[in-house]
Amino acid sequence: MEPIFLWWIGEGPAQAGLLEHVRLHLAAAFQRPALPWDGPERPAGALDPRRGQHATSVILTWLLQAGPPAGKVLAVTDQDLFIPILTYVFGEAQLGGRAAVCSTARLAEGVALAGPRLLVERLAKEAVHEVGHAFGLRHCDTLGCVMGRSPGVAGVDQKSHQLCTTCRRRLEEPPARRPHVR
Amino acid sequence: MSGERIKILVVDDEEIVRESLGGWLEKDGYLVEVAADGPSALARLQAEPRAVLVADLKMPGMDGLQLLEQAKRIQPDLAVVIMTAYATVDTAVSAMKLGAYDYLMKPFDPEELSLMMQKITAQQALIRENAVLRQALKKDQGFRDLVSRSPGMQAVFEMARSAARTSSTVLILGESGTGKEVLARAIHAESPRAAKAFVAVSCASLTESLLESELFGHERGAFTGANARHKGKFEAAHGGTLFLDEIGDIGPKLQLDLLRVLEERKFHRIGGNDLIEVDVRIVAATNRDLKKAVASGAFREDLFYRLDVVVLSLPPLRQRKEDIPLLAERFLERLSVEMMKPIEGLSAEAMEGLLSYAWPGNVRELRNALERAAVVARTPVLQLSDLGLPARAEPGPAAPAGGALPSLDAVERRHIAAVLSSTGGNVSQAARVLDIDRVTLYSRMRKYGLKRDGEEDDTDPGHHQHS
Ligand SMILES: [Zn+2]
Ligand SMILES: [Zn+2]
Repeated sequence: MEPIFLWWIGEGPAQAGLLEHVRLHLAAAFQRPALPWDGPERPAGALDPRRGQHATSVILTWLLQAGPPAGKVLAVTDQDLFIPILTYVFGEAQLGGRAAVCSTARLAEGVALAGPRLLVERLAKEAVHEVGHAFGLRHCDTLGCVMGRSPGVAGVDQKSHQLCTTCRRRLEEPPARRPHVR
Repeated sequence: MSGERIKILVVDDEEIVRESLGGWLEKDGYLVEVAADGPSALARLQAEPRAVLVADLKMPGMDGLQLLEQAKRIQPDLAVVIMTAYATVDTAVSAMKLGAYDYLMKPFDPEELSLMMQKITAQQALIRENAVLRQALKKDQGFRDLVSRSPGMQAVFEMARSAARTSSTVLILGESGTGKEVLARAIHAESPRAAKAFVAVSCASLTESLLESELFGHERGAFTGANARHKGKFEAAHGGTLFLDEIGDIGPKLQLDLLRVLEERKFHRIGGNDLIEVDVRIVAATNRDLKKAVASGAFREDLFYRLDVVVLSLPPLRQRKEDIPLLAERFLERLSVEMMKPIEGLSAEAMEGLLSYAWPGNVRELRNALERAAVVARTPVLQLSDLGLPARAEPGPAAPAGGALPSLDAVERRHIAAVLSSTGGNVSQAARVLDIDRVTLYSRMRKYGLKRDGEEDDTDPGHHQHS
């Protein structure tokens, strides 16, 4: 069973315990090993100087080259992310592909008051969500499912860390039965 | 995701936008296709309908507004979202006027996109339900437009329904915009002829010779330019209903021709020898006073009596104001579905405006005002300013023309008419309001030529439905 690799690619150092928490949630959600991956490199050319944000498409392409040779890879950054048409995104993944990325930048809203634990919980949810996309899952309407759309951090806070039974069943379908997209 | 996935077509000349937006919507559960320009998007729409079109405003060649216009022509129920980085109030308004669902200013928040798509999805589900409903109501569409709680109108419907079951000629009287054609269609739809054609001819819009050829048809070579045989509206309406609108406007020759057809049910095409027999039910309408026209010699008396078999009088909207909220509700409901725009109703101020306006154009004018409001409104509740009503109040009782004071009779007539209108034509109720007895009120009504809504004058029992 191919593992999920977790890679910190932020500018500053990762908050203590943050990645470990995410790693445990990924392993539990997808029932497979989740391992740390590390390297000194950082994605080049992802910063859009005009917007002052990092383009997820550049990061995802770069991850496939610089990252682990097999399995899924989730990069975590502290930089603000965007896709061209949207003002920002919490994260992005190749639907049914290998690479995913998510950011703590927008998830930190209100953390100063509520304490660092809130950021840890939010990041774990968005990490499972993006890796879920890499496993081919789309957004889910089941209340509380981690694959639900999250309009703003309030939406993130409202959902659980868990995949609902429908999404879980869909994960177990042989890949051929899932519609292949781009 | 449950059920069938919604199909979205994304059109943008920039590949990076197509890819990122397409990928995002794909993850959101939609079935996404992308096109790089307007023409290829239109070709795809022609091949297969989509639920939503998301298009960029600025594109080389065909821009977003042109695409919107043509796409709506191919698929009127398409929900079109225009993306723009150059949004001005103008382009946004013209997009909405052309039938866009909404617009997004680039770049937009993920929540904004998500919510808009969810709204469209919910509305499309509603539209699918409504489509089934509309299909069922299609036959009855006419009477749907003729909704009324006014007793006068109820009496008209009652008479129309019983007339529908016969083949009698029907004459519909009423100002323009009161719904004469709608009523004619409803009569046809409720008649045993419903499966056959309903053919409408507006007699005022053609010259006498053109109208003659339009009604009776002509043979090849009957006159210059008659290159082929042409079947007229009487033949087209065979087995069905022929609606002759504005019949009070036809000239003496045609009056005679029509009289003959009505008497004999047979006619010649122009330039033809064969007698053609038709089975056609005639519904005629006019906003003129035919009796006056007969008296002045402008309209043949014998034709008048032929037409004046069942007479239905549609009251003007100002005499049945109690129907305005009801009509507005029905129209807005339908406009909301047609324009795929959430419309919840009217503000209190807007409703007040509708009720205090005099409606010279009647129901049609009301519909137009609401349609205009639905187009320009930026909120689901339509505002008074959206309606664009002329700032003009109804003349009050003390508004003498030319400075002269009105006579006591004129004031009394106007007051009785106003009270009758407020009671929807109910004489007993009006008598109570006026504090006179019914007999006195009836005699005043006769004196002033006032009628109950939908009822013929008691003093003139000569003809019409009970003849
Ligand atoms: Zn997602
Ligand atoms: Zn789910």
